[in-house]
Amino acid sequence: MIRFLLRKLLVIVPTFIGISIVAFGFVRILPGDPVMLMAGERGLTAERHAELLAQFGFDRPIWVQYLDFVARIFQGDIGSSLVTKKPVLQEFAVLFPATLELALCAILLAALIGIPLGVLAAAKRGSWFDQLSMGVALTGYSMPIFWWGLLLIIFFSGTLGWTPVSGRISLMYYFPDSTGFMLIDSLLSGQKGAFASALHHLILPSIVLATIPMAVLARQTRSAMLEVLSEDYVRTARAKGLNPWRVVSLHAFRNALIPIVTTLGLQIGGLLTGAILTETIFSWPGIGKWMVDSISRRDYPVVQGGLMMIAIIVMAVNLIVDMLYALINPRIRHR
Amino acid sequence: MKKMIAAGAMMAGLATPAFAGTLTVCLEGAPETFNPQLTSSGTTSTVLGQIYDGLVAVERGGSQIEPALAQSWTVSEDGLTYTFKLRQGVKWQTTADFTPTREFNADDVMFTFDRMTDDAHPYHSVNGGNYITFGTKLAGALESVEKIDDYTVAFKLKAPLAPFTGIMAHGSLKITSAEYAEQLLAAGTPELFDRNPVGTGPFQLQAYQTDAVVRLLPFAQTWGAEQGIAQNTPMVDAIIMAISADASVRVQRALAGECLISFYPNLADAPLIEQSEALDLVVAQVASSGFLTFNFNMEKFQDIRVRQALAHAINMEPLVEVVFNGMGHVTGAVVPPAFWGSADLPAYEYDPEKAKQLLAEAGYADGLEVQLWAVPVARPYMPNGRRAAEMVQADWAEIGVNAEIVTYEWAEYIQRARAFEAEVGMFGGIYDFPDPSQIPNNYFTCDAAGTPSPSNIGAWCNEDFIAIMAEAGAITDQDKRAELYVQAQQILYDDYAGVMFGGADQQMVVAKNVDGFVPAIFGTSRMSGVTVD
Repeated sequence: MIRFLLRKLLVIVPTFIGISIVAFGFVRILPGDPVMLMAGERGLTAERHAELLAQFGFDRPIWVQYLDFVARIFQGDIGSSLVTKKPVLQEFAVLFPATLELALCAILLAALIGIPLGVLAAAKRGSWFDQLSMGVALTGYSMPIFWWGLLLIIFFSGTLGWTPVSGRISLMYYFPDSTGFMLIDSLLSGQKGAFASALHHLILPSIVLATIPMAVLARQTRSAMLEVLSEDYVRTARAKGLNPWRVVSLHAFRNALIPIVTTLGLQIGGLLTGAILTETIFSWPGIGKWMVDSISRRDYPVVQGGLMMIAIIVMAVNLIVDMLYALINPRIRHR
Repeated sequence: MKKMIAAGAMMAGLATPAFAGTLTVCLEGAPETFNPQLTSSGTTSTVLGQIYDGLVAVERGGSQIEPALAQSWTVSEDGLTYTFKLRQGVKWQTTADFTPTREFNADDVMFTFDRMTDDAHPYHSVNGGNYITFGTKLAGALESVEKIDDYTVAFKLKAPLAPFTGIMAHGSLKITSAEYAEQLLAAGTPELFDRNPVGTGPFQLQAYQTDAVVRLLPFAQTWGAEQGIAQNTPMVDAIIMAISADASVRVQRALAGECLISFYPNLADAPLIEQSEALDLVVAQVASSGFLTFNFNMEKFQDIRVRQALAHAINMEPLVEVVFNGMGHVTGAVVPPAFWGSADLPAYEYDPEKAKQLLAEAGYADGLEVQLWAVPVARPYMPNGRRAAEMVQADWAEIGVNAEIVTYEWAEYIQRARAFEAEVGMFGGIYDFPDPSQIPNNYFTCDAAGTPSPSNIGAWCNEDFIAIMAEAGAITDQDKRAELYVQAQQILYDDYAGVMFGGADQQMVVAKNVDGFVPAIFGTSRMSGVTVD
């Protein structure tokens, strides 16, 4: 297992170098620069523009700036935002728990609904349930998130008044951040109703963010299950007269888990970075919206540092998923 | 809730008088910083305008300059020296980091400007040291700032600058505390100066939850309250500003009662708000101008008949009606009608027959190919660039002009437009300070060498226009200046330098139980003087 882990860690080194180049270079290829955007339509003389760029250090050769960027990463400094002037790491640490909290709730919801749906659909292949659930999954997969989110807000928050429109907790509650996870902080605050309010605020964004992963998981689970259900050992188990549900849940499901876990892992990576639209609609202060705002403002250090942080986290998630495979299927760690 | 706010007020060391209600506000973006000097963002000004004061301010809901931290000012005869008499008895806010030992005086004004002007100042480079608004609007014109005595400060200019007091009212030139800066410097934490604000304004920061909520508490000893000026007195228990980037969501939050004031709803959501029993749609005038420019570096646009043909082929009335969702008004003047100095000019008459004829005379009887640029983002002067471009394209097609609509992401759009790549450019600007010269100067003048000013994307350089603008900029008599600006606009109009899109009003959603809220035309809409029933 340790050799397996070391092998995986070794692959991370070149990946890291590649990511650092992409993270640094991507935002610099885009036309426009932060000074120009700060000035907006108002305009800036060429001299003043050059002077301000030089103040930020953007007048140096690009490779010098890249080496500087890498050198500072090794010192644990990924720079400060050009706009807010705060260290990128500090901003990331404040915003990331919000994204993570939402992503975990969404993935939980997606797994709890998507996987059983897929298993049932496979077990009842061709039935009306199979067709209906896969039809719904396909609809969910193709749902434009922005439209879906607004639709839910208008119906559940606007018309029915069941859920709050947006935010992480009612504006009337205030307590300092302890962990950054609103569910935990609201409990720790001891304020009456705070936890319920935080939970209430998670409902709609979780549903919206879970919609696509739920659909993907349901479809993936169904196809993985169908493949396993046609295996000889399943037929043998059935022939032996085992309870059909026992065959499905124990014999087939466990063996179908590998592709499901892979999908789950990929979805988590996607959720951490793909929550942009959900965060925008629900005024959810997370890293997705932060990154997009920073790209449009050409806030180079935030985009570069933020991408590095996200890449590191996604790599860590992938490593964990790889280790889970090894646990689920011993053949993988001996390969 | 009241209990929580009161506890917060006690923590911040405030003696809160009998205020009532919490004012919740849905803002379109997060504040970038807590020092106005470091930003050019309007949203940030909306937050910081409640905390800090400038020497002068723009009157509530108007465009005239009124005293703030300066009680009065005089201008020397040569127009080069502005002497400000400072208000006495102005207290600084007490925060967790800072307990002031003295009141506001000339040292604070000196500190504020020294930080921006003096490269060797210990605060100059703190937090990046980019003073974007000061750098673009005042740095080049300012000779020196001098302290005459504890309550008198003189600003000396290199050349007369008529909009000077207007510029001084800009949200980024608010006064910061010298004593607080010294304390932080001594503690080795000067960077906190721009994050934990200390101002003299009606509200002070309780907490900022990044990208989510800004919480402000009333500053009971603010000069407005102590000197009995109602509009500068905080009258609510707290202001909670919730950051909601999406305009439709801000409207939903207002409808659900989560926000009592919501900034900038989509124009299309107006009927929803009008139907609501709890909300009002408050119309705010917008000091901005949007227009089409012709590229004077290109031969085809140097012929005035081509410009005339294109201008007279646009049916502006329906365009403005559709694009501004019924909230616009058609005009031919660059300076918005709400302003002093605006010319009474109609839009160019819609006359496709005349346009066809002009085009034929110019040698384009068989048609003309043009690129028409469309702004990719919603701006106050142009809420829907794409739609506007499509309508212009359809109008031009009728006279045989084939327009290709071109657009880029906003940063790239600005960069390319400034490089004179736009054939027919769509552009515009928002007035930062209440002086009509800003947009004509930035968007339609050139320097002595014939280099267009940075936002003059059509490169229109007209000597008469430039001379009149320069003359108006060097005198302080407002009536005379207004007259000159009217003349300048007439020149621009007669030369078909651009086609104005007309102006629009902006909307705010305000709950019926909120009293005293007046949206600002310039800069910050003040929350002082506002009550919640």
